[in-house]
Amino acid sequence: MKIRYFAWVRERVGKPEEEITVPSEIGTVAELIAWLSKRGEEYAYAFERPGVIRAAIDRVHVKPQAAISGASEIAFFPPMTGG
Amino acid sequence: MKSAVLAALSALNSCPMQPNITVRLQRELFDAAAEAAQLTRGRSDVGALVQFTGICRGAEEGEPIAALTLEHYPGMAEAEIERHVGEALARWPLMGVTVIHRYGRLSPGEPIVLVIAASSHRAAAFAAAEFLMDYLKTRAPFWKQVETANAANWVDAKATDDAAAERWRERDDAAE
Repeated sequence: MKIRYFAWVRERVGKPEEEITVPSEIGTVAELIAWLSKRGEEYAYAFERPGVIRAAIDRVHVKPQAAISGASEIAFFPPMTGG
Repeated sequence: MKSAVLAALSALNSCPMQPNITVRLQRELFDAAAEAAQLTRGRSDVGALVQFTGICRGAEEGEPIAALTLEHYPGMAEAEIERHVGEALARWPLMGVTVIHRYGRLSPGEPIVLVIAASSHRAAAFAAAEFLMDYLKTRAPFWKQVETANAANWVDAKATDDAAAERWRERDDAAE
């Protein structure tokens, strides 16, 4: 599964994207965030306030309880400031 | 025979044109007047054109801005904007919509985003343009970073922008 990071989430993690093998017991976006947070200090820092993190699965906005199975690409980012 | 030809011609005249839709992401400056002309070219059904330009300000909380950098999620940004344009077309009778959003490093005074909505009457054009801007502010995957003399800081999303986008949902619910 490809994980992408944007804005200050990207800066904290230290990379714009990576390929990760996600354990099958991780079912939702929220569970994925919790699991990623344990990968290292930089991840814990990026996800220290999970309520602020937004996610998209295959380029569509999703809520934290969304299922991740079947996703090819999951992106994590702060609230958007376009326009 | 003659009446069949007349009937066909009459049908052609009353057949409405498809709306002109443009959604584009680019680094370069855009020409708003040219885009508006393009939107209405060859059409006689536009009675109202509303055009909004978002511009990079010169200062943020009193501090002069050196540059504004817009990061975006390629692929998703276009798709999200197209989704919202589709929603605007479903809600209002529109003859055309243009959305152009820049990304990359912009300077104060430069335009960031252009939204144009065309309709036969002004109510739909005003409403669609405002709707699209409210959604661009909250749902389009762009992130702004402001560079001042001393720092480069990510801009925080505003609660007022979320509230503005939310009221379009409430209006929809109220209509039901």
